[in-house]
Amino acid sequence: MSTLKTLNGNQSIAEAVRQIDPDVMAAYPITPSTAIVETIAKFKADGLIAGEFVCPESEHSAMSVCIGASSAGGRVMTATASQGLALMWEMLYIAAGLRLPIVAAIANRSLSAPINIHGDHSDTIGARDSGWIQIYSENCQEAYDNFIQAFRIGEDLKVRTPVLVGLDGFIISHSMEVIQVEDDDEVKKFIGEYKNVFPVLDTSRKMTVGPIDFTDYYFEHKRNQIEGIENAPPVIEAVGKEFGLKFGREYGFFEEYRMDDAELCIVVMSSAAGTCKDAVDELRSEGKRIGLLKPRIFRPFAHQKIAEALKKMKAIAVLDRSSSPGAFGAPLFTEVRSALYDYAERPKIVNYVYGLGGRDIKVEHFKEVGLKLEKIAETGKVEEIYGYINLRE
Amino acid sequence: MKKETWKELTIGTINLDAGNSVKNLTGTWRSGKKPQFIEENCIQCFFCWLYCPHSAIRVEGEEVKGINYDYCTGCGICSVECPPKEKAITMIKEEMKLAGGSTE
Ligand code: SF4
Ligand code: SF4
Repeated sequence: MSTLKTLNGNQSIAEAVRQIDPDVMAAYPITPSTAIVETIAKFKADGLIAGEFVCPESEHSAMSVCIGASSAGGRVMTATASQGLALMWEMLYIAAGLRLPIVAAIANRSLSAPINIHGDHSDTIGARDSGWIQIYSENCQEAYDNFIQAFRIGEDLKVRTPVLVGLDGFIISHSMEVIQVEDDDEVKKFIGEYKNVFPVLDTSRKMTVGPIDFTDYYFEHKRNQIEGIENAPPVIEAVGKEFGLKFGREYGFFEEYRMDDAELCIVVMSSAAGTCKDAVDELRSEGKRIGLLKPRIFRPFAHQKIAEALKKMKAIAVLDRSSSPGAFGAPLFTEVRSALYDYAERPKIVNYVYGLGGRDIKVEHFKEVGLKLEKIAETGKVEEIYGYINLRE
Repeated sequence: MKKETWKELTIGTINLDAGNSVKNLTGTWRSGKKPQFIEENCIQCFFCWLYCPHSAIRVEGEEVKGINYDYCTGCGICSVECPPKEKAITMIKEEMKLAGGSTE
């Protein structure tokens, strides 16, 4: 039997950590993810978790501890945000290159300068090419559910890749929500026993981890690494289905909202998708054929499935909560636009950057986007391909 | 030596043939200068052995006996660290013949 609990996003993650009880947790607190680390420390002090809880002197060291512990053969997690994730940068690539299924909860927050503690996706999107699987959550329930699934996905023997789970800083990390918390035993059963792959502490086997590669091997090792994340899609799908069968909430690569007969579509990730649903409802009641597509998995990007879902649209707006200065559109936009390229008849597609540094995005903003899409669909003309929402111009 | 394809490699850069750097003859990187061991000046302090980044100091029994040129890159650290006034390791031109205790 699951129980209903009133938790914020950070507490939801900590609750999942308590149930999973990884062998090693290493984290350095940083706003807005601090309460995850704090709550885990409290669980540890209260004797509710058996795993080692390590407090290193920085996030770089926290990820280094995770890498060491994971190489040693343990199930490992961490949590951080923003500058903390940025400080982990070089170690993120090492975790992925060594194929260590570390799971990290990231309370998404903007990057300095200027310094700002509020939510946007600059941190995790910045880690886009580090080789980690990236899952984004709309609310506390999804953060909890995604975090549990992350272990199953990353630890799959064909995948063996680190996974990060994003929850929007403050908007989710600090907002209370009533969520279904599953039984400890059921969560443990769902996760299963941790399987070692070449643990360093197995002294019966001689091996070197992470030796230097020159021009003759680096490329092959990188290709070998890419295979892990490319093996992830069927696993993500199977784990999402199994989670649905067991706990009643099924997950896939993305969620479609009122997309059945839609001609217009807004693509947006994480908490803003919740607001967007209200805007879609209002626009629908005004007779507009609009829907929402909320990507859940950003890496690996489900380009075929997303293109299939979007190819019949007349006009699409992709909303990014991060920017890529100097690029042709923000990161989610370039993925979606590229995914549609192979179709002879392509929808019109535009990009808006929103919510940097936690700037609000409201129902009215989504409705404005909807009306712009309607105009693009009617005229067949795109006036501005790339713009900003709720910015003082 | 046949090199593995990316599919044949063990995941996570793991090398199950640990210690195989012995096959990497770093002595081939040497250019210009090489160390020369002069046994009669040697006080057996083992500084050279401690400092050599390539474990290229040849030790037989309990004594420093010379240089292993298969791995010596000619960096010269051993010669700098060698304490006696009359050094027991001096750097000489690569093409010069080795005196006394040094063997190729
Ligand atoms: S020059 Fe001396 S220290 Fe340098 S690699 Fe050769 S033996 Fe070792
Ligand atoms: S440092 Fe010089 S004196 Fe000391 S053991 Fe080496 S060669 Fe001999």
